[in-house]
Amino acid sequence: MSPSDIRKHRIARLNAHSPVEHRFGEYGGQYVPETLMPALAELEAAWTAARDDSGFQAELNTLLCDYAGRPTPLYLAERLSERLGYPIYLKREDLLHTGAHKINNALGQALLAKRIGKTRIIAETGAGQHGVATATVCARLGLDCEVFMGVEDMRRQAPNVSRMRLLGAKVIPVTAGSQTLKEAVSAAIRNWVETVENTHYIIGSVVGPAPFPAMVRDLQRVIGDEARCQICDMAGRLPGRVIACVGAGSNAIGSFKAFEGDEAVELIGVEAGGHGVSTGAHGATLTAGSTGILHGSRTAVLQSEEGQIVEAHSISAGLDYPGVGPEHSYLRDLGRVRYVSATDDEALAALQDLSKLEGIIPALESSHAIAWLLANPGGDMDILTLSGRGDKDLAEVLRLTGLDREPGENGAGA
Amino acid sequence: MRISETATGIERIAAAFTGHGRRAALMPYLMGGFPSVDQAVAIADAYVDGGADLIEFGLPFSDPLADGPVIHGAAVDALAAGATVNAVLDSVAPVAARVPTLVMTYFNLIEAQGIERFIGRLVELGVSGLIAPDIPLEESAPLLAACDAAGIALIPMVAPTTTDERMAAICAQARGFIYTVSVTGTTGERMATAEGLAELVARVRAHTDIPVAVGFGISGPEQASRVAEVADGAIVGTRLVREAGECAAAGKDPAAAVEAVVRELSDALR
Repeated sequence: MSPSDIRKHRIARLNAHSPVEHRFGEYGGQYVPETLMPALAELEAAWTAARDDSGFQAELNTLLCDYAGRPTPLYLAERLSERLGYPIYLKREDLLHTGAHKINNALGQALLAKRIGKTRIIAETGAGQHGVATATVCARLGLDCEVFMGVEDMRRQAPNVSRMRLLGAKVIPVTAGSQTLKEAVSAAIRNWVETVENTHYIIGSVVGPAPFPAMVRDLQRVIGDEARCQICDMAGRLPGRVIACVGAGSNAIGSFKAFEGDEAVELIGVEAGGHGVSTGAHGATLTAGSTGILHGSRTAVLQSEEGQIVEAHSISAGLDYPGVGPEHSYLRDLGRVRYVSATDDEALAALQDLSKLEGIIPALESSHAIAWLLANPGGDMDILTLSGRGDKDLAEVLRLTGLDREPGENGAGA
Repeated sequence: MRISETATGIERIAAAFTGHGRRAALMPYLMGGFPSVDQAVAIADAYVDGGADLIEFGLPFSDPLADGPVIHGAAVDALAAGATVNAVLDSVAPVAARVPTLVMTYFNLIEAQGIERFIGRLVELGVSGLIAPDIPLEESAPLLAACDAAGIALIPMVAPTTTDERMAAICAQARGFIYTVSVTGTTGERMATAEGLAELVARVRAHTDIPVAVGFGISGPEQASRVAEVADGAIVGTRLVREAGECAAAGKDPAAAVEAVVRELSDALR
């Protein structure tokens, strides 16, 4: 399939005329202060109109293709395939402008914000990829941008903090609680409550109150829509499995959506196992959490018996989140997607493996999906979404692996 | 004053809005379990001694989206000090026996216990009403049904951003009073302009006859007095939680300090 066919296909899928879902089974909803409800209604109406508007679609499509770099390649990873003994295709979202799938969503929402006359954009960020994508898009479209980021994540993902500042965005340090993604989302929502009249909140994943989970999914489903066309073209058939990492879950839902109706295709979401799910220090919400309400929706969360949200842990800032998109909770209950996990150590090893095997340094988030694949080869044909590139993780990875030391520096007795 | 044990929560709240003998009723907020469970009980008593007509008793939640840094911080501190939801709920009973008391909590703490069980517990504790700031109209049906069955008033909130159409729908199912959020924002000490407040309250009154109480941003007697010019009740939270926190940090008795602040507010409503 040629790039122009893929473009046409993408427009057809976006223009689906389906209502914007508020609920996915028992999950989802709008558990937010009244102050925000009118803005959510306005956003939903604007999104419903925009996705059917050919002018909006054309503008978004041009930016996705010519500015962000879509379609991204589906790459047959030959040495990885050789190691596992069957074909593995990588969906290369890491090659997008700004280095991750996040820009698919940021572009769509920023265009929508302009359409409804908002002049200021806020966003939260964990790994910094969504913050960078949002800062980039705001620079491109001439919007003011403030990004909320936990102090611990600012340390772990320092290059992305510098990038956001260079792009003209203000990075607001969040010092509450664990100083990671959960608190950054809370801080952004609180700021939105105060500034909703002139501000749009570009939430970075398929979480939050309706219409965000459905809207962000629709903006990310381009990943799977393209991959499905590409695999049919390249291999002449559908894959046995589609594998993606799941933090809050936007690259995963974007990868899975196009294959949901293909019953023979197994869909696998890989969560952050942290130090191991049994240790309690992890981000494996769908594997080990329970139903609760966080950041405006009912979904699987990590919580105490009394309903206090507990801290997640992951080596990757992007997966370090105690909630998950409500549609994932639904897909888990339906049994349509299988959710598994990979630990910090496994992800770190997988990052190095892929770097050496394929000359591709993946983000620590995506490395969780690779780690699970390496330990669980399927034998047929797999697509794995590389949601982002690992440049942002270099300092942390070098520190954790000891590669930042000169040979011999860590000498005898160490 | 000992409140009637036979009346429903809705009736007790209605009585509190008519029997105060001032221009408006005073409803101070406290964070349960802050600075400690026992000190919070003493603070609630001090509120009543200082002239509170109703009490808003907050349960500490880890992720309170409608609260500003002071109340959020108090919740985090209460939990860090070991306060549990169950212990804080138990500590509501003494003050609920003195004046109509409303529990304020985010929905996850309710769902964790189950709606029926949670509301049943409120009845046992003598609580009159429930404020759930992350339950907008669209999500209110299950909670409203359980509250109605138990005679507990589910208090709805309206904000400056609420459209007239929404306001009509919200007021149509309102119980107790309308919690009118005076500013577009989270809880904290800053006030709407007099004109903005009057206009907002008038918009609410166009849809309902039940009392209108104003909260979010009232920090002192002058602002409370201004609220009394247009509304039926004034809700004060952050100012008092800040006072309690500062006293506790300085090793002073928070109850005495907050009682003085409540008395000033109460006098301002005469």
